[in-house]
Amino acid sequence: MQIGRVVGTVVATQKHRKFEGAKLLLVQPLNPDETPRGTALLAIDGVGAGLSEKVLVVLEGRAAGEALGKKAAPVDAAIVGIIDDIEFHGHL
Amino acid sequence: MNLARVVGDVVVTRKDENLVGLKLLIIQPLTPGREPAGRTLIAVDAVGAGVGEEVFFVRGKEASFPFYPVEAPVDAGIVGIVDHWTVG
Repeated sequence: MQIGRVVGTVVATQKHRKFEGAKLLLVQPLNPDETPRGTALLAIDGVGAGLSEKVLVVLEGRAAGEALGKKAAPVDAAIVGIIDDIEFHGHL
Repeated sequence: MNLARVVGDVVVTRKDENLVGLKLLIIQPLTPGREPAGRTLIAVDAVGAGVGEEVFFVRGKEASFPFYPVEAPVDAGIVGIVDHWTVG
């Protein structure tokens, strides 16, 4: 799983039927010190996350499908938690 | 999933039988600011996308799910055409 921040919303009318009713959010992956890492990705929202919240994201198809509550959905990323706090003492 | 723009298509005559009838498009992943993000790749189209459109795509085996029960040998697939997105 990865840490990210919700930075936007996406609207798509023409999409695969398994996305019907799903909320799609743009998530910027973060390092543990909350600096951005890489390009923002699209994730299904499974927990009611909102703009600017820090979230826990799964980047794997089966897990993302379970978060969506649908079998065999063509998804690879889902928000599965809203982060209250991160405590990080690590040094690389 | 990631945002991308469709920048081309690929015609392949001799191919795996489970690719027959599938449309293969060249996509450029994008940042939310519409800057290119990394290299282009080939994705199978599940939603009727065309060149010039902004789309989102899924990576991995899940890209083959729209074609079930055909086990398409693909690792990226377009699963939505984006109307618009909002940042911030």
